[in-house]
Amino acid sequence: MFNKILIANRGEIACRVIKTARKMGIETVAIYSDADRNALHVEMADEAVHIGPPPANQSYIVIDKVMDAIRQSGAQAVHPGYGFLSENPDFADALETAGVAFIGPPKGAIISMGDKITSKKIAQEAGVATVPGYMGLIADADEAVKISGEIGYPVMIKASAGGGGKGMRIANTDQEAREGFQSSKNEAAKSFGDDRIFIEKFITQPRHIEIQVLCDAHGNGVYLGERECSIQRRNQKVIEEAPSPFLDAATRKAMGEQALSLAMAVGYTSAGTVEFIVDGARKFYFLEMNTRLQVEHPVTELITGVDLVEQMIRVANGEKLTITQADVKLNGWAIESRLYAEDPYREFLPSIGRLTRYRPPAEVASDTHAVRNDTGVFEGGEISMFYDPMIAKLCTWAPDRARAIEEMSRALDGFEVEGIGHNLPFLSAVMEHPKFVSGDITTAFIAEEYPDGFSGVDLADDLLLRVAAASAAMYRVAEIRRTRVSGRMDNHERKIGTVWVVSAQGRDFKVTIDADKDGALVRFDGGATLRVEADWVPGQSLARLNVDGTPLVMKVAKVPNGFRVRLRGADLKVLVRTPRQAELGALMPEKTAPDTSNMLLCPMPGLIVSVDVQVGDKVQNGQVLCTVEAMKMENILRAEKAAVISKINVAAGDSLAVDEVIMEFE
Amino acid sequence: MKDILQELETRRAQARLGGGERRIAAQHAKGKLTARERVELLLDEGSFEEFDMFVAHRCTDFGMQDQRPSGDGVITGWGTINGRMVYVYSQDFTVFGGSLSETHAQKICKIMDMAMQNGAPVIGINDSGGARIQEGVASLAGYAEVFQRNIMASGVVPQISVIMGPCAGGAVYSPAITDFIFMVKDTSFMFVTGPDVVKTVTNEVVTAEELGGATTHTRKSSVADGAFENDVEALTEIRRLVDFLPLNNKSKPPVRPFFDDPGRLDHSLDTLIPDNPNTPYDMKELITKLSDEGDFYEIQEEFAKNIITGFIRLEGRSVGVVANQPMVLAGCLDNDSSRKAARFVRFCDAFEIPILTLVDVPGFLPGTGQEYGGVIKHGAKLLFAYGEATVPKVTVITRKAYGGAYDVMASKHLRGDFNYAWPTAEIAVMGAKGATEIIFRSELGDAEKIAARTQDYEDRFANPFVAAERGFIDEVILPHSTRKRVCRAFASLRGKSQQNPWKKHANMPL
Repeated sequence: MFNKILIANRGEIACRVIKTARKMGIETVAIYSDADRNALHVEMADEAVHIGPPPANQSYIVIDKVMDAIRQSGAQAVHPGYGFLSENPDFADALETAGVAFIGPPKGAIISMGDKITSKKIAQEAGVATVPGYMGLIADADEAVKISGEIGYPVMIKASAGGGGKGMRIANTDQEAREGFQSSKNEAAKSFGDDRIFIEKFITQPRHIEIQVLCDAHGNGVYLGERECSIQRRNQKVIEEAPSPFLDAATRKAMGEQALSLAMAVGYTSAGTVEFIVDGARKFYFLEMNTRLQVEHPVTELITGVDLVEQMIRVANGEKLTITQADVKLNGWAIESRLYAEDPYREFLPSIGRLTRYRPPAEVASDTHAVRNDTGVFEGGEISMFYDPMIAKLCTWAPDRARAIEEMSRALDGFEVEGIGHNLPFLSAVMEHPKFVSGDITTAFIAEEYPDGFSGVDLADDLLLRVAAASAAMYRVAEIRRTRVSGRMDNHERKIGTVWVVSAQGRDFKVTIDADKDGALVRFDGGATLRVEADWVPGQSLARLNVDGTPLVMKVAKVPNGFRVRLRGADLKVLVRTPRQAELGALMPEKTAPDTSNMLLCPMPGLIVSVDVQVGDKVQNGQVLCTVEAMKMENILRAEKAAVISKINVAAGDSLAVDEVIMEFE
Repeated sequence: MKDILQELETRRAQARLGGGERRIAAQHAKGKLTARERVELLLDEGSFEEFDMFVAHRCTDFGMQDQRPSGDGVITGWGTINGRMVYVYSQDFTVFGGSLSETHAQKICKIMDMAMQNGAPVIGINDSGGARIQEGVASLAGYAEVFQRNIMASGVVPQISVIMGPCAGGAVYSPAITDFIFMVKDTSFMFVTGPDVVKTVTNEVVTAEELGGATTHTRKSSVADGAFENDVEALTEIRRLVDFLPLNNKSKPPVRPFFDDPGRLDHSLDTLIPDNPNTPYDMKELITKLSDEGDFYEIQEEFAKNIITGFIRLEGRSVGVVANQPMVLAGCLDNDSSRKAARFVRFCDAFEIPILTLVDVPGFLPGTGQEYGGVIKHGAKLLFAYGEATVPKVTVITRKAYGGAYDVMASKHLRGDFNYAWPTAEIAVMGAKGATEIIFRSELGDAEKIAARTQDYEDRFANPFVAAERGFIDEVILPHSTRKRVCRAFASLRGKSQQNPWKKHANMPL
């Protein structure tokens, strides 16, 4: 076995690989850019080598620099993680030349599967069903429009080297095909240094289901079931699960066997993933093969008990697989939620900054449930603009899907992240969504269920009641403490009443609280009585309570006369007032936020790439106004209605904070 | 007998109606509560005892003798906030527009005298059209009687003014003398002369809101210490403030049970200071992470944001915090921030509230704007306030402490009791670049040489150890242990006793 391996990656995946290596008694070497000097993966590794400035194209994906780090550290093998150099045949080549093992597939497999056009041809030749499309490369926008017309809209325009939703566009019209071609090409050039583009039929109502394969260098291979990855936003996966709630045993077997035969056909070794699009009739089409460890591999590990990283290292070391297909048993259900530094209330725009608070839920591994959090960040760490906005992968496992979802909801409620915008509320909301709960999902789920973006959710009546009871009990505890301040008049202390009015989500609940030493009985006027038990004390930002025998976890922060409460995707103000306070409070006017409808506000911190209009211009609805770059993504800001530009406050090259006024309309 | 008792109830009921149902409805329609409703929300339920409910004015001019409502436009009395005694007056806009008459003023003076005698804070709720014009100079005399009491009470009992409606002309000077002024957004304004007079005299056209609304006074003039969304929120938050304040200058600041470990370490603070010395960070993160339960009551949040002032608790005890804010103007001291912090420091010192100073200051802001504005004297106010203060003073230098600003920010030399520095502290006359350019002026043409000199200076002085060698820094501490260290420091200072020499009063650079 290797004595020392280098992880040519950063973030959670580097940490993930280090964990397994450590378990196997292998020393680890991290590499880091200037921006990652204090990163978690550097902290965790046995040694670390600096490889350059923050942009990945000057550090993590510069082969020479990584090779230098390997030489310097004396690592015998390299795990590439995902992204960066993981599917770069030149890197595999360089390692081979240097006599260093690549913990991944052979170069040939990377080349043939890495190119979407070649891989599709090979799959077709191997008899795997593929999506109709144009296999050649597209020269220019005119050709893109012509071919799109031939295939028939809608079409998908994709970067040949793409992945993770980058360099990918859906077009419904000639104009969109033209624009999509150009932006795909630009983004591909920037992200992958390869701007080749192809076009294929866009299958509507599809599910994204993928098969995990694992092969050794001795001709053995197994498939480890599937992962359902249909919950995606703009082709970026958000929630994955294994197994898929949609597949039957026969389809699973057919997909698995085809995936494995494709792997065998290209002489694949190591862990790999064959992605399929599956339509409503369970017809599946080959999409692509990812010749690396996938982001969402933990769900497979949780239901199969196989440590994929360990298997990859063993295969790279020339060992034979010790598991056969007959050994592969799918046990229970696992779900993964990807925590992104993206603000769901601002159309999921990337958010950067300091993680002032980062407290994931405790990891658990028991027979009844499991919680696993793969993370690359820590409280006090910095989310930089240079890398992927994914900061953690929270996974839960339970014997069945419903319980796995409930575990996930609870784990998300107990996950504290402050300082940056993040998608925790959105993930929670999806877990509660009836369509998701029923398993009736497609890749269009987010676009269809949240067409206007995400603006939080309202709590259902029964949960609202539980939250109201909990808040009342907690508020009473806080108020009692206030009466115990020094300097009060003896024998004339403030008495805390038992009747309170709880207001939340536009509703008022009159409650009577009977407290005893273990908790409080909260009686709703003309309604339920709920018992609240908690050891919550003022100042705790995470309240773990028991309401009527069921756990309730919520994030709480103090506001005048109550709490800001966050749970299950909802973010609400809960006021707890005396009846008189509530009565007088009702006299206070509702205040509306200032009108910014005639302004274009910067939706995220970023850099102005271009301003495409001038003062006095008449713009049409949908017209491009300017482009803001953040986290390597170019975001085009468009006019939301016809207007005349009255003032422009920025110029290309300006750095803007969120909500800065870019321009004003007449 | 029963009739006699009934007579009291009838009179009380009438007094409680103030200016009558119609005016109460009009007050509500403006989004404002009545004077009595405000007192009700300010004080513990059922704790208000009213004085002078039946007082009526004695004016006989302009037909005033025909209208003599009970109470004369102000509700006065005392009650408790979380069981602690406070005196309160609340002007009743429904009675003669809350205007101040001789008797109205006498009512206020009565409770202020009692507050002084019995050692309890005074909270004034202002909602008044101004002087009772029918009474002429008697009304003006009434104002002055109140002013004089405000002045005598200053530094003896905390005085808080809450502006919940108009407050114009002479009326503004009573709040101006008190310790804190809070306003309600959109429904309160303060000015010496209103928009009409302004128009007549200067031809300036301005709205009441622009001239003296909550935004103006919290952001521009700094007359107000804070503003709230509405009456209910304002009164709730005043209760919260009172929880931080001692009852008078002879009692200790309040202590209450707390649920936060004084020895709590916070490792995220080890990465608070960015690698690049020119990158800002949010000082409020340090404040909330070191205080009990993250609870921080900020004073003058919207003004001179380059310095932060407010109250926290450590081990349940009130502590005043003054901190440079690197996010705004790099945290420099200037006219506004010096004035703001100086007044806060003096409040804390007057009421025995210990002061925690968090320092990251690159110096005083240069420029004609500052010099013409009198930065010499304004800066001296803060210097004076710190040097004069005899309360426990603990200082933590997190990063920059340059030049005169180092001296000013509660340095050892100004009788700092505990002067800590983080390892990231740089205590020097100025930044390395500036220093090198002065010391090695002759080498300015040679960029390479200057760079080497700068590096040299940085290596020698950009650390806390030069100051620590001289004892100007008592101890260099790890950021994650800040709460623990600061709690222990203040705990050790609970018996601190320090006196300034006898004097009638100092002559601070006002």
